[in-house]
Amino acid sequence: MEYPDDLRYSREHEWVRLDGDAGVIGISDFAQDQLGDIVYVALPAVGSEVKFMEKCGEIESVKAVSDLYSPVSGEVLARNDSLIEQPELVNSAPYGDGWLLQVRLIDPSELERLLGTQEYKDLTARAEE
Amino acid sequence: MDNERMNDEQHTNIGATLTFDLSRPGRVGCSLPECDVPEAEIPPAELLRDDLRLPELSQPDVVRYFLALSRLNYSVDTGFYPLGSCTMKHNPKVHEDLARRPGFADIHPLQPPETVQGALAVMHNLQRCLAEITGMDAATLAPAAGAQGELTGILIIKAYLADAGQSHRRKILVPDSAHGTNPATAAMAGFEVVTVASDKDGDTDMQALQVALDDDVAAMMLTLPNTLGIFDRDILTIAEMLHAKGALLYGDGANLNAIVGRARFGDLGFDVVHLNLHKTFSTPHGGGGPGAGPVCVKAPLATYLPTPVIEQTDGGYRTLRPPHSIGKLQAFHGNFGVLLRAYAYLRSLGADGFREVSANAVLNANYVRERLRGAYQLPYGRCAMHEVIASASKQRAKGVRAWDVAKRLIDYGFHPPTVYFPLIVEEAMLIEPTETESKEALDAFCEALLAIAREVEETPEVVKSAPHDTPVGRLDEATAARRPVLRWQPRND
Amino acid sequence: MSATRVPYIPNTDDDRRAMLEAIGVASEEELFADIPSAGRVRGLDLPPALSELELVQQLGKLADFNRTPGQMPSFLGAGAYRHFIPSVVNHVISRSEFATAYTPYQAEISQGTLQAAFEFQSMVCELTGMDVANAGMYDGASALAEACLMATSITGRRRIALLSTVHPNWQEVVKTYAYGRGLAVDVITSEESALTEEHACLAVQQPNFFGYLEDVASLGDSIHETGALYIAAVDPISLGMFKPPSDYGADIVVAEGQSLGWAPNFGGPNVGLFACRQQFIRNMPGRIVGRTTDAQGRIGYVLTLQTREQHIRRENATSNICTSQQLVALAATVYLATLGKTGVRRVAELCYHKANYAAARISEIPGYSLPLQGFFFKEFLVRCPLPPSELNRRLLDEGIIGGLDVSDLIDNGMLFCVTEMNTREEIDHLVAALGSVNG
Repeated sequence: MEYPDDLRYSREHEWVRLDGDAGVIGISDFAQDQLGDIVYVALPAVGSEVKFMEKCGEIESVKAVSDLYSPVSGEVLARNDSLIEQPELVNSAPYGDGWLLQVRLIDPSELERLLGTQEYKDLTARAEE
Repeated sequence: MDNERMNDEQHTNIGATLTFDLSRPGRVGCSLPECDVPEAEIPPAELLRDDLRLPELSQPDVVRYFLALSRLNYSVDTGFYPLGSCTMKHNPKVHEDLARRPGFADIHPLQPPETVQGALAVMHNLQRCLAEITGMDAATLAPAAGAQGELTGILIIKAYLADAGQSHRRKILVPDSAHGTNPATAAMAGFEVVTVASDKDGDTDMQALQVALDDDVAAMMLTLPNTLGIFDRDILTIAEMLHAKGALLYGDGANLNAIVGRARFGDLGFDVVHLNLHKTFSTPHGGGGPGAGPVCVKAPLATYLPTPVIEQTDGGYRTLRPPHSIGKLQAFHGNFGVLLRAYAYLRSLGADGFREVSANAVLNANYVRERLRGAYQLPYGRCAMHEVIASASKQRAKGVRAWDVAKRLIDYGFHPPTVYFPLIVEEAMLIEPTETESKEALDAFCEALLAIAREVEETPEVVKSAPHDTPVGRLDEATAARRPVLRWQPRND
Repeated sequence: MSATRVPYIPNTDDDRRAMLEAIGVASEEELFADIPSAGRVRGLDLPPALSELELVQQLGKLADFNRTPGQMPSFLGAGAYRHFIPSVVNHVISRSEFATAYTPYQAEISQGTLQAAFEFQSMVCELTGMDVANAGMYDGASALAEACLMATSITGRRRIALLSTVHPNWQEVVKTYAYGRGLAVDVITSEESALTEEHACLAVQQPNFFGYLEDVASLGDSIHETGALYIAAVDPISLGMFKPPSDYGADIVVAEGQSLGWAPNFGGPNVGLFACRQQFIRNMPGRIVGRTTDAQGRIGYVLTLQTREQHIRRENATSNICTSQQLVALAATVYLATLGKTGVRRVAELCYHKANYAAARISEIPGYSLPLQGFFFKEFLVRCPLPPSELNRRLLDEGIIGGLDVSDLIDNGMLFCVTEMNTREEIDHLVAALGSVNG
């Protein structure tokens, strides 16, 4: 299981990577593994607003649906539309080609409320038990 | 001979060829008469269709194709089908003959009542008998299925509460063990769903209920016995608590087979209950319908039943619209063909027959439970009702999951139990033998499950790659959902 | 041994003793210990048990008590129809492997049901011209109600519009479903432009309740101008002859499938056909079967897109439905495969010609008239010289089941249905009887 060091994680298993005043959002390796084969991703439109830890989309695997929470507040600058044709990218490259959204941050201090890599690792270790 | 070719010879891939692929221009499967009246003026071309791309097959083509398909199915008539919460009991054959009699099959729902008194008598008697079996005061046969029965029952509650000035009650309580239709129904009826936890014994967690039960609760939907196969020991208290708060108790009768002839929803404090005639009352499941989901209610709710109900008058039977009716659920009176089979079943059994049904259904389930002890985890330490919940959690250590055990059972010639339901039990396997299986059948099934448990220890790969001898192996569900192909398309060759 | 022994219960007394012993209880009653004594019932007031012979005799008597359209000419339609059913259909659906299986949760041993459902979806798409179809709904009326709910969830609008010429019973089913979700239902006529931007959809029946063709093409333009969805409720047999709803811009199509190889059965069970445009696939209710492969590349079929459904999405599901009326859908599939491309067209043409012949003959009788203009398919409205209820009583005396009394909608109106089942002799008999009761 991968836990890249340059990310902040939410307790709902989303990650955010800071890139200037924007953040790229995805779900963690642990999350994609738990969900299994991902078959569909519903994401908000470009230009819409997302709020810190509020529902902003859905991720479906064959036999489960999981709400997606935005780990930051802001405006959606881009979304990964290649997931329409290839939702399996979330499984194969959760931190790379399987990214979900790019959001312009309005409150970078929210990042402080997210977990660091070790904290998140501990959280998933407890969830595994 | 290499493996691949051998497989090809054993199982031609029937799925690769559809009726459309078999089609040859000019073939017909049925002769039709000449037009015996002068032909009328044909409407202008802009109203007419150019082409209709349906297959062209001869009659032997049709028969062989569908017969080949039928042979790919497992069914109750093929063998043991212990699908939990589905009550896959034997479907008496005489019912099929009765239902196909022209006097039942060919009659039109809008015929004058005096020409369909036999059919109306069947419906009226069935209404009365179902009310008696459930301890209720009135019944409707209109709902097409259990889920539509749920919607009917909850809409009745909604309309009743609205007339009582209780429209603020916008919550429905649903236990966490409930079938998914319960919360989906509550939402369709415009209610907010509040989930109530089960306790470690499988009963409703009374503290959780106390907390959830406020003045905004319209009703609680409760399956009895529940989907763990457990009869909630606090049922009388639950009913009292709800009624004291001005809320109603809705019964999901999906598992009536466990208690039929022994306990009645009405006597236990339920206000509304729906039944699944394709479960307790033996009508064939049809590969996924048609069923029927009658709803029985206490007297204060009777005027809200959907239309029509069947009434007996001095001049015979007739259809009637209850004064505060919630309306119609289907175009006509309900699934008469299913109702008729259920009525035939009811008349064959009588009161004592139903007690035999529940006695043997519960005996069979507990016998299976006893035989599996040790090999599989039994998450609840008390006697089961008509179905037993086992768990493949022990097998997970070897990387084997409930799903794998289910698939391996297919190799042993059995239909697997319900797996991963209810959601609150890890690696759940819900086994419902029904009363129509013999001790020999139960023993053979249990032997298979015990053998699989040994395989999990010794050769887990065999279990994980099952089934091995089916027309197709495990199918790629992920690709099916990612890039859905939902219809035949002409080949590009 | 008691005479009431149930033939469907194999356990003998010895079996029971052995099983009770294995469980470690003295009697079956102990297994019911959790039921509180206050809630126990000692006996039920049910009729006494019948042997199989007695059952056949008694229920047979009730069947014979009904007067069937097979014994006498019938001209009733209005949503339940008599069409010829080739013998092949009943032979196939009587196969136990189809009839006594359940929902195909285990795909490897359910390919028969799954592949048949895929055929059904394909044939519904071909008939309607739509992109995708599900495996079946309860009936046409509830399919229409679900289509309206689906339109509200797609558009986010909370008003449903129905054209007034939609079957009255279907309108009522839509209203029942709408009551649950708290949605408004407006019944509008085609003459007024009552459709607003608050409406999620307009539902149109083609041919309409009275059997006549609506101006479906121009309706489509006005519906889409308001951003609403176009729902068409069609007669599947009519599609053997008339334009499919895809041609006039329908977004969702529903139909009653009973006409396709299934007897009227006093109104049920039936099967609802449900098809829509590709883009609405995830909003669609009901079971859907998809094509895929196994590890060896063999083609097979599975239940798919299940995350729309109640067992996964619970209160957020598209619907609570969890049946596809599979056996009725199978009958429709076998029917369509048997009649095929030319047969379905032929049945449609026979209905059309015979209905037109009957209408022309009836309109020649003094006192009878056809109040509506335009083309009709297999049903037509007649204005009668006396109340239809009275007329029907007299027709029954003549050994004829007349049309449907619709005098609550049209003064002295009677709705007649003529299909390929009605011979010229029957039609002439009806015409003669109508003429004689007029005097």
